[in-house]
Amino acid sequence: MSKGDSVQPADLLRPRHVGQPIRRTEDPRLLTGNGEYTADRKPDRVLHVAFRRSEQAHATIVAIDTAQARAAPGVVAVFTAEDVAELYKPIIPVSRMANYYATPIVALATGKVRYVGEAVVAVIAEDRYLAEDALELIEIDYAPLGVVTDPEDAAAADAPLLHDEAGTNVLVAREFKKGDAAADIAAAHTSVRGRFRMTRKAPLAMEPRSYCAEFDGRREAITLYTSSNIPGIVRDALAESLDLPGSRLRVVAPDVGGSFGSKGSLYPEEILLCVAARKLRRSLKWTADRLEDIASSSQSFAETIEAELGFDADGVAVALQADVTGDVGAYSIYPWTCALEPVQVVSFLPGPYKIKSYRGAVRGVATSKPPTGPYRGVGRPISTFVTERLMDMAAKALGIDPLEIRRRNLVRDDEFPYRIASGIIWDRTGFVACLDAAAEAANYAALRQQQAAARAAGRWFGIGLSSYAELTGIGSRIAVAPGMPINTGSETAKIRIDSTGAITATFGVASHGQGLETTLAQVIADDLGARFDDIRVVQGDSDGVPMSTGTYASRSAVLGGGAAKHASVLLREKIKRVASHLLEAAVDDIDVANGFARVAGTDRTVSFKQVAKAVYSDMKTLPVEAREELEASYTYDPINGTTACATHLAAVEIDPASCFVKVLKYVVAEDCGRIINPMIVDGQVHGGVAQGIGAALYEEMIYDDTGQLLSASLVDYVIPSAVEIPHIDVVHIESESAVAGGFRGMGEGGTIGAPAAIANAIADALAPLGIDVFELPVTPERLFRLIEIARSQQQQ
Amino acid sequence: MTIDITVTINGRLYRASVEPRLLLSDFLRDTLGLTGTHVGCEHGVCGACTVIIDGDSVRSCLTLAVRADGATITTVEGLGTPEQLNALQHQFRECHGLQCGFCTPGMLMTGMDLLKKYPLATDDQIREGLSGNLCRCTGYQNIVAAIRAAAALRNETTP
Repeated sequence: MSKGDSVQPADLLRPRHVGQPIRRTEDPRLLTGNGEYTADRKPDRVLHVAFRRSEQAHATIVAIDTAQARAAPGVVAVFTAEDVAELYKPIIPVSRMANYYATPIVALATGKVRYVGEAVVAVIAEDRYLAEDALELIEIDYAPLGVVTDPEDAAAADAPLLHDEAGTNVLVAREFKKGDAAADIAAAHTSVRGRFRMTRKAPLAMEPRSYCAEFDGRREAITLYTSSNIPGIVRDALAESLDLPGSRLRVVAPDVGGSFGSKGSLYPEEILLCVAARKLRRSLKWTADRLEDIASSSQSFAETIEAELGFDADGVAVALQADVTGDVGAYSIYPWTCALEPVQVVSFLPGPYKIKSYRGAVRGVATSKPPTGPYRGVGRPISTFVTERLMDMAAKALGIDPLEIRRRNLVRDDEFPYRIASGIIWDRTGFVACLDAAAEAANYAALRQQQAAARAAGRWFGIGLSSYAELTGIGSRIAVAPGMPINTGSETAKIRIDSTGAITATFGVASHGQGLETTLAQVIADDLGARFDDIRVVQGDSDGVPMSTGTYASRSAVLGGGAAKHASVLLREKIKRVASHLLEAAVDDIDVANGFARVAGTDRTVSFKQVAKAVYSDMKTLPVEAREELEASYTYDPINGTTACATHLAAVEIDPASCFVKVLKYVVAEDCGRIINPMIVDGQVHGGVAQGIGAALYEEMIYDDTGQLLSASLVDYVIPSAVEIPHIDVVHIESESAVAGGFRGMGEGGTIGAPAAIANAIADALAPLGIDVFELPVTPERLFRLIEIARSQQQQ
Repeated sequence: MTIDITVTINGRLYRASVEPRLLLSDFLRDTLGLTGTHVGCEHGVCGACTVIIDGDSVRSCLTLAVRADGATITTVEGLGTPEQLNALQHQFRECHGLQCGFCTPGMLMTGMDLLKKYPLATDDQIREGLSGNLCRCTGYQNIVAAIRAAAALRNETTP
């Protein structure tokens, strides 16, 4: 028997952590009020900041009178843009993209305001109540400028300009082309088309944005505690802006109460707090109230898409063309730029399908609204909505079942790697396997029978499918956002065993609810041979590693996990070398598991604690040259990235009286590669789907023609509660990826698939009325109108 | 102007002199340092700030601190400890009923109230009971599972 075939005793002793639903390390503190979110920080003699925000959507700031506010009780300072202009450099979201204008990001509105909710004046006082009292004493004289709320109007040649220097409101324009899509569609057997729209959303994390800039007078240093999921990016940008070295500017994301993208960009308030803390030599704190958070955090998903998809007689999609207009808001955000969301729509429109020719044009147009930024899924919830709707429309036109038309068009197992018409390359992933698994888990045939019975009884019952693929865990060869100059392709893990034998693993990734302290420890436990409970994971602290960015774009399992694996192996080798001295055995005969190094096949062991003692404390046990510090660091770059995919299936019934859509059944079959913790993966899918259902049925940021926000509370901006979300069944197809560990990213997928599945289910339910769904959310009001129009047309 | 209040919180008596406008949520968090209670909306919709006052779940962001004079309050800090979670906290951990943890204190306090008062015989009843607490991470499924499991344990121990 060869060695490779035999089961070694050590393998039996070594518990496997990857793949197990290990209970989370984070939970005991978060369940007992012992977590620490930014708003929980209590630095010495902290001062509180409140912002006077613009009530105007687009206006010149003529004059600001802060005299009364400065004299108000408890007020320590009042800052306008002028007061702080010399103290920092504006942060510019540059990109190598052609046809792009980068709007500078400043701490406070300078010269004019461009959306309702933009911060204009900062008041700093002994407590928040007093700071807010003083806000009301500030007089701002505005001269209104023309407001542009509709991106089509804003793109017109005579539209008022938000940024005069840009010379246009079209901040970015791009076109992707392969073949001659127009000619191929003209020659196609059948084509389907529509003008699709997704209205603006708020990612709406339950924790509002919060910053605490803690000033250390002894070191002339600032530590910014921030509810951010990109603390490394924030550190680097602020260091440059404030001209502070990283040794005097630390950025920490402590416990963070969700982001979904809304905390994934640099914010003006982060600049202001650091600038003002430095000037006042005091610690400052600000937490958004809910109105501020909704009105000033990055919004998303605001696009209109004219799209047409051509098919041959067999139902094979041949050509796609699309014109996308993104309502990107008043500024381009840092670092992703305003191109992130709309360009991603165009990049991903061909989806998991083998469409030969493609033309996708996109414009990102500035409007008098808050900036748009990343939101879970980024672009793909919309691209999937459009492509999956077109697939269903074609299935109907061609008389093919929606399941079958997808099977005919998905990239098949033997066709990977496959470059889709927009240029994205899919590596081998279970596209068809997910489709089949979703249909099987939902018992598709029985659902269709159930639908036939419901229809016969006059009920509106529909089934919707959606298949998608996404790029996750992106390495250095692919820019997360187009043309962006910062590195988002690598992450570092630093693992250390100290003189007490404790294991500390430090990362630059920044969990904001994903449970990375648990999953990364699972990876380390296996590859280092440590006890899971002995590993402490530190993350979200810019001091932890020399360079990092954070957690976004479904990257942390792939990049953080990959770095953890490599660093663990390096450290394990060090442990083996020390243990070989202590146990007087060859390095190759040492096995490391469960916190012990052991001579294979014997009971001769040393614990990590004994190894640490030998290296650091007991200077008699090792030759000097063998005292290797028990630390390993590895920066992992997956170079490309890896594909993840899923098929979602929803069954809905519509109440004709209330036009309320009830989701009866929801199935997700997904392939995120090798699963680190199935409990956490399922939780990510559930949450993502819930957000997708919210986007499909309820959530909508509404601005009126004057740019006033009409949905600034949780009464008006409706996110789903427990009653609106169905039980979600999740099926896993675990096809290992080519990256370290075989992982794929999966945090965003639920939100990508759900809007399309729900839209298709509603269109299917209302097919007897000839209704198609082109606009999300399908609120009861929109549905009522669609039904009324369809009925009046039927009567005619 | 300030008003003297006396409040029992998690079994401990506190005396304080507070402004009439001070919210109970700010009193708990800023005055007393009990930051386990979270503030998610300050207009009574999200439920993150839920605490138990004299036996009923209440939004601390819609309650003035002076209204709590003479009251007995339980916050999340008054349930279990990290070493010894209470039964509901334990089920939240077992069922993965939390992700970012921000809504969790409110979910727990509402859950404690539901478990005390209602049969919670079906998932629909549990979901209805939770409908005043918003969570953006979990899709609610595992929160429902945690409360279902805690209700089953409750029924075993108190027939």
